[in-house]
Amino acid sequence: MTDSKKYPNRLGLTGWLGGGRWGVERYLYTLHRLSGLGLLAYFLLHILVTSSRAFGMEAWERWMGIVGGPVFRVGEFLVYLAFAYHAINGLRLVLIELGFAVGKAEEPVYPYRSSVNVQRPLMVVAMIVVVVLVVAGGYQFLGLSH
Amino acid sequence: MTDIEQKETDIAFYIRRYVPEKDAKPFWQEFTLHVEPGMTVLDGLHRIKQTQDPSLCIRYSCRMGVCGSCGMLINGTPTLACNTQILHLTKSRLTLASLPNFEIIKDLVPDLTSLFSKHRDIRPYILREDKEEMLNPSGELYQHPDELLNYLQFTYCIKCGCCMAACPTLATDPEYLGPQAIPQGYRFSTDTRDGGFALRKEIVGSAHGAFRCHYAGECSNVCPKGVDPARAIQLMKRQLVLEYFHLKKWQKPGGPLGKPEHAERKPEVPDAPPFTV
Repeated sequence: MTDSKKYPNRLGLTGWLGGGRWGVERYLYTLHRLSGLGLLAYFLLHILVTSSRAFGMEAWERWMGIVGGPVFRVGEFLVYLAFAYHAINGLRLVLIELGFAVGKAEEPVYPYRSSVNVQRPLMVVAMIVVVVLVVAGGYQFLGLSH
Repeated sequence: MTDIEQKETDIAFYIRRYVPEKDAKPFWQEFTLHVEPGMTVLDGLHRIKQTQDPSLCIRYSCRMGVCGSCGMLINGTPTLACNTQILHLTKSRLTLASLPNFEIIKDLVPDLTSLFSKHRDIRPYILREDKEEMLNPSGELYQHPDELLNYLQFTYCIKCGCCMAACPTLATDPEYLGPQAIPQGYRFSTDTRDGGFALRKEIVGSAHGAFRCHYAGECSNVCPKGVDPARAIQLMKRQLVLEYFHLKKWQKPGGPLGKPEHAERKPEVPDAPPFTV
């Protein structure tokens, strides 16, 4: 067989995002990765800000003035959203990846019922916990608790 | 099965074409086809080839969901063209493209070389230490039906590549073993006749192995045979974790069954034919 030019056809990052015909778990997967990247970005910024104290009180006060504004307040809430989702969904994934929530192998009889269906109650419970945490956190962030 | 009323109608086929000799990249071409109830996507492609464009390139073999040759992206979902009826999906428009995450050889034909290469890497066969017994078997290897059920589901893989095309991890990590090879590694490692987990774990537990999966679940959603690759990958991870913490209970694969004692051969039963390989 002669070698002909082949087209790569790799989806790349659009493989995370694209589709529209995928199941809920696919979007949770994408959101988990994006929230993880968001938290990583926050940690880098956090280290940068807190390390300013090493350059004296004046540098510290200047940074605190910048991050105390309303934009960073919203950003802080987004970090909390990412944390709540990433932590709870992460616990769900730990349970799944240790084989606790996917069920045993079974004879495939049409219509097929896969491990995705088996773990779905766990997914629903996890997302309810995320919503509760987000609502409770929003209550706090909006200052309604005072 | 959908509730779409099935009546003869004209369907617009949007096919993503690529001819390596003349195209720099794929392009979409529209065909209109009169579709009757019961017509599969593969039937429709044959009709287009016969009546509109004989240069359209497709790959197929069995036409009944067994060989895994005709996997393609149908209305955004990787599935088998021979297993999918057009009027179950749409009553106006159908998009067809080659499976993503695989190179395109031509039009709707993906190059599955990477799938078979990864499949070969995980050693998809029974591995045992008693080589002489494997070459010249002296009897059957016993297995209880319950032990068979531990892996039977994963033996139905037809290597169509739909799971690999749906996998978002594979979209960004081409070295990832993927939802075809890892379940096959689990299938053989769970077989009570096999003793090859120590060899397979080096590949399946590597940086591009099972732990790259974060359970998007799409492989199981699209598998046309109900193999549930996502389940096998998670169960494989469990085995790897137990092995890492020395918690895995190892049972050496048993030897062949001896001939039954005090049993007499029925005279009317002929001898088994000699081995051919």
